[in-house]
Amino acid sequence: MDATKDSMNETAFRAEVAAWLARELKGEFACLRHRGGPGDEEAFPALRKDWERKLAEGGWVGASWPQEHGGRGLPLELQLAFHEEYVRAGGPGRMGHIGETLLAPTLIELGTPEQQRRFLPGIREGREFWCQGYSEPGAGSDLAAITTRCWQDGDVWRVQGQKVWTSLAHESDWIFVIARSTPGSVGREGLTFLLMPLDQPGIEIQPIRQMTGEAEFNAVFFDGAATDAGCIVGKPGEGWRVAMALLGFERGASTLGQQMHFVHEMQLVVDAAIAIGTAFDPAIRERIADAWIGLRALRHNALRMLAGNDGGVRPESLMYKYAWSNWHRDLGQLAMDVLGAAGDVRSDDDTVRRLQQVFFFSRADTIYAGTNEIQLNIIAERALAMPR
Amino acid sequence: MENALLLSDEQLALQDTAAAFLAEFANARKPRDEDASLWRRISELGWPAVQVPEDLGGLAMGAVELALLMEEMGRRLIRSPYFASVVLAQTALLEAGSAAARERFLPELASGEVSATLILAPGLVWAPDAIGIECRREGDGWVMNGEAAQVLDDGNAAMAFVAARTEDGIGLFHVSAHAAGVERSPLDVWDLTRPQCAWRFREVRLAADARIDAPGKLDAGLARTVSLAALQLAAEQVGGAAACLDMTVAYTKERVQFGRPVASFQAVKHRCAQMMVKLETARSAVRGVAASVARLQDADALACEVAVARVLASDAYRYCAQEAVQLHGGVGFTWEYDPQLHFKRAQWGSQWLGPASRWRERVATQLLDLA
Repeated sequence: MDATKDSMNETAFRAEVAAWLARELKGEFACLRHRGGPGDEEAFPALRKDWERKLAEGGWVGASWPQEHGGRGLPLELQLAFHEEYVRAGGPGRMGHIGETLLAPTLIELGTPEQQRRFLPGIREGREFWCQGYSEPGAGSDLAAITTRCWQDGDVWRVQGQKVWTSLAHESDWIFVIARSTPGSVGREGLTFLLMPLDQPGIEIQPIRQMTGEAEFNAVFFDGAATDAGCIVGKPGEGWRVAMALLGFERGASTLGQQMHFVHEMQLVVDAAIAIGTAFDPAIRERIADAWIGLRALRHNALRMLAGNDGGVRPESLMYKYAWSNWHRDLGQLAMDVLGAAGDVRSDDDTVRRLQQVFFFSRADTIYAGTNEIQLNIIAERALAMPR
Repeated sequence: MENALLLSDEQLALQDTAAAFLAEFANARKPRDEDASLWRRISELGWPAVQVPEDLGGLAMGAVELALLMEEMGRRLIRSPYFASVVLAQTALLEAGSAAARERFLPELASGEVSATLILAPGLVWAPDAIGIECRREGDGWVMNGEAAQVLDDGNAAMAFVAARTEDGIGLFHVSAHAAGVERSPLDVWDLTRPQCAWRFREVRLAADARIDAPGKLDAGLARTVSLAALQLAAEQVGGAAACLDMTVAYTKERVQFGRPVASFQAVKHRCAQMMVKLETARSAVRGVAASVARLQDADALACEVAVARVLASDAYRYCAQEAVQLHGGVGFTWEYDPQLHFKRAQWGSQWLGPASRWRERVATQLLDLA
């Protein structure tokens, strides 16, 4: 079924990716090199959407999806190879990743054929951008405590309530929302998973300023906002299962591309240490070596833990997100210690700016998609079967 | 295209067989006089032959298969010459030995009929300047003098491959444990699963063919030996760390305080979860590096990749052993319970083949000084 798996040679594939990027990531797109990653999301959003369409034309959006859904069925090794070449060429931070790596795999697994036909092409062609309506002011780690309501109203479903920490809502066309459809239900019961257009009178988006100074995420207010009845994924009342399947993708392969940017960040730390002279500090040397060792191990983790997960997540894979997010947070601290007092001054220098972004933004890595504390609970209770 | 980090059916079968065999026959607490029968059984299974070429009586498997066996043996803390004879001595022969020496020694080492050990600079590192044993030419042969204060040997090794200083650089020599002038005395070690002896060489007369390094291969070959052995030590440490986690989870589920199993307390759960994070990351590193070593010809590139497995596994084992002692509470401090055995093995392993700090510095040198 999957010709790529057997015939594609990794070296030839890398050459294909590198050649495409060398040909396309220039001219009007040249200014995007190494820009727009986490903590730098306000850089050139309109141009980055154009870039998403360019990527799509090249067949690089949804390349990991199965061929019957318009993807290329790339195996994990080639996905990794793509991301590595993308970073090597300076490919900008993605804007379509929430649709491509979170919603699309969920629709492929749990959506109806009609939903797949309606939504996958917009994602794959870089035309429609998505955001994630999960957290609420009173439902963070305890996600099942959500109080946002939804109900059927003739041909449409309506939503009332508030979501928060909604990344890129202000740049998105659609939002997927988990809301309570059974009045009086508590916890995981009585929830429904809806797909909603953002551009409508019943939705208001307010930016939230982060410690990075930017406002990548938002509060989203719903006041009777509507969507078609055909936009419910799974059955009404069974939204928790859909939400958790999606969260599984979020804690799995969805961040692979983002992690490959770590290779670039690691090199910036090394370059800075050499340039500034902190490379001679024995304590800094040891931490740089540790960071490099950890980075290599993350790649080994990805290859071992994300491959062949079709039959459900294996126990050891439950520590994947904890491992990379904490490595990244440590790298941010190391970067600032390498920069020294100069790190306290906002800089237009590409390296310094990027390292400052890593330092601040990586503080979010250990909070979103399940905090460190929740991840440790999941590992202990699900992988090690320790009692609640 | 195969994902090298996912085990094949054959590899999974090898792992299962090893685990089942060791569960039945191996135990760090068995009396010393059963060591020989365990070694005999291991030899019957062909384990000493895994990395030996087929034409020399071996199974010609790779680093991945050897690592799977080491992981299972590490889990059971077995007391056996396997590490010294297979991981150290055989690897030195394979990487630095002459064709004649390989043909002479590998068949009997692969069969498990005899065992050998390896003597390099103290701590089993490749540091030519730190080699103190000397070998001078005399007539057709050689005469060896010097001592190795700590050698991995349970007292039964039939021979050692010894790196010694000659008039024209370092050479690798075969020395029989029973040669005149060789004195061997057992050491009183803390980690009883890893017996050691001191070896002394006083005017030991060696034949001309006792020098066994292949011309031009010694330096790179022994550097490579240390890296490959460090990778296998890392695999063994992963097994040990896994045993620590398993016994700790099992114990804390049974131990009741304040009317509930202590495993239900988050303070305990989070420690076990962190053990698992370190363990599984180290395991990924060992698998990934083992799958790639055959391709890594450059000694520095190999050392940097091995450093990933070595540093993470060594740290993971020490962490897991330490947490096993702590989370077992009072009994964790007793001789009777197993955490102390792992605690000692973890400390032992952190110091041989170069401590983690030495491997980190190799990485730092590559990244920062040679860029």
